[in-house]
Amino acid sequence: MSKNSENNTPRIGEEQIQLLERLCTACSVSGDEGEVRAIVMEQVSPSASELKVDALGNVLVARRGEGAERLRVMLAAHMDEVGFMLTHDDGEGLFRFETVGGLDERQLVGKPVWIGRDHINGVIGAKPIHLTTPDERKRAISLDALRIDVGPGGDGQVNVGDRATFATPFARLGPSLRAKALDNRLGVATLIELVKHAPPEIDLLAAFTVQEEVGLRGARVAAYAFNPDLAIAIDSTPALDLPAWDGAEVTQYNTRLGAGPAIYVADRATLSDPRLVRHLVETAKSLGLRYQFRQPGGGGTDAGAIHQARVGIPSISVSVPGRYAHTAAGLARLSDWSDTLALLHGSLARLTPQLLAVER
Amino acid sequence: MTELLPFIKSLIAAPGLSGYEQPVRILIEEAWRPLVTELHTSRLGSLQALKRGQGTDPRPSILLAAHMDAIGLMVTAVVDDHLRLTSVGGVDARVLPGQLVIVHGREDLPGVIVQPPPERLPEEARAGPVEIQYLLADTGLPHEQLQSLVRPGDLVSFAQQPLELKGETLAGHSLDNRASVAALTHCLQELQKRSHSWDVWAVATVQEEVTLGGALTSAYQLRPQLAVAIDVTFGKGPGTPDHKAFPLGKGPTLGWGPNIHPGLHRSFKALADRLEVPYNVEVMPRHSGTDAYSLQVAAEGIPTMVVSIPLRYMHTPVEVVALKDVSRAGRLLAEFIVQLDDEFMNNLAID
Repeated sequence: MSKNSENNTPRIGEEQIQLLERLCTACSVSGDEGEVRAIVMEQVSPSASELKVDALGNVLVARRGEGAERLRVMLAAHMDEVGFMLTHDDGEGLFRFETVGGLDERQLVGKPVWIGRDHINGVIGAKPIHLTTPDERKRAISLDALRIDVGPGGDGQVNVGDRATFATPFARLGPSLRAKALDNRLGVATLIELVKHAPPEIDLLAAFTVQEEVGLRGARVAAYAFNPDLAIAIDSTPALDLPAWDGAEVTQYNTRLGAGPAIYVADRATLSDPRLVRHLVETAKSLGLRYQFRQPGGGGTDAGAIHQARVGIPSISVSVPGRYAHTAAGLARLSDWSDTLALLHGSLARLTPQLLAVER
Repeated sequence: MTELLPFIKSLIAAPGLSGYEQPVRILIEEAWRPLVTELHTSRLGSLQALKRGQGTDPRPSILLAAHMDAIGLMVTAVVDDHLRLTSVGGVDARVLPGQLVIVHGREDLPGVIVQPPPERLPEEARAGPVEIQYLLADTGLPHEQLQSLVRPGDLVSFAQQPLELKGETLAGHSLDNRASVAALTHCLQELQKRSHSWDVWAVATVQEEVTLGGALTSAYQLRPQLAVAIDVTFGKGPGTPDHKAFPLGKGPTLGWGPNIHPGLHRSFKALADRLEVPYNVEVMPRHSGTDAYSLQVAAEGIPTMVVSIPLRYMHTPVEVVALKDVSRAGRLLAEFIVQLDDEFMNNLAID
């Protein structure tokens, strides 16, 4: 690592946490990422060699390095989050709605929501328990029976087609963070820091992508446009490290909170490039950083679309583990986030064309 | 004069689960102290405030009861980084996953209630709503720290921030029954500028959601001639059958049924008609589901009335009330008190 990079190592401090809070509090449901896009542009503009918003709304930022023989490295973090769209005005401030992205309908009942970019308040109510039968309480309340309620006389303030998200304020809980949309504002915040502190050894091509939650759509065109030598998707992956009801040993946890950045070997969409797996692991070891392998299995990240762009792009994903993704309140560990940032920064600074000179 | 909206917001921000009402009682005491002649706390924890009337001794008294306790949860076990839970009062487990809470351990710990992934549950519990016994709370603390700060029996209260909605409505947890505490407070404020001959006992009762024991013991201790329970009722809205619910913003309801003295009901109704205060009659064919159930049978029995404020999504953390209904309920109670005279009890007929 050059001296230059050493001095330029990014850290997670108060400023970064406050930026994450702004990012998490923004409402950016897939297809309507404008609020996060505006924050990203404001943050990365001063460091960008080139910056553009493409046809889908991706923010594409290039930051050129200095040395000879620089790899062109794409880093992708999706800006969108799961949420709702209002689909019918029932009158009296009540709206039918549908979900956007993978949401468990059992997570919706009894939650406050923010609607549109003005964050108009609403709630998703439920029938009073007093009027339910024991049988009824054994069945989940279907989406069809739920309404977003903005209050009597609220029609006209919000409209069919508006997006909504859970209205969850950001909070620090001891060593952890609790917020909505940590998937993937953690990735966005990490990528912002990497743009600001880009190692000069590479050309950094940052894609803040749209529509990941509805089919990895932004990443696909971003990868085509950048045509990079290799790519890393930065995301947040579920930590399912919860106890079993009967105390049985838990062996399928995907990732664990507090165990460091999650390196992907394989998920349903991508078989990571083994050269990149080795590179990340070696970097973590030499920097003395905690890391874990995300348990191979289901799920996917932007890498699923990126690795198949053009003639193929060597790709991998690194995630900050997070509990309760796609619910009103996720939970992540601050140390995992800062270790993820350190691992990525260290890995980028160590990248040379030799890495890809050996065949996969 | 306390402003209604910020006052209700402060009331619902304070914990006060059934049996552990002290935090909210302190706030109510502060608000009531300048409005009443004297106040004290009962042996079970109810706040009993006397506003003395101007009539000659011995004066009759009317007791106004609004329960201040709230539903919530309790810790049953600490497991790894998580807590297992049970309910305090009537909680529908289907509203719990993803709710923000405060765990009242050795210190207050913010947290969230979570639904474990299916593979952590017994097979028969994986589809459909997850029962409370299988839900967990997460405070973000690692096991060692959690273990030292939380133990079984610690309370867990809802922590959803109040949200102002359109049409001067407010959404939040515990509006059942802090909205009624606010109505009772509004009544006491109205009485400041009026003269009344009867004594008024304003009582913020405890344990309504579980035992109704607060109202019963206060009524026994204070022996009023009349009693009124102020509570919330089902507001018209999604999920609630129209024939069992009342529109928001169209006034309080006047209860009618076995828990209610027919003469007292008629008297309230006549007054509301005369003052042109909007109201609806709410039929309560059996248990009124309010403190009236115990007020009525305290000591040798007390003529009792129920005045209710319509509220949407009862017993969820996003209950909704119209502020107008709260102030109207308070005003109606004040007007009722002002017109009570020496003859009222003599004229009160059951048939």
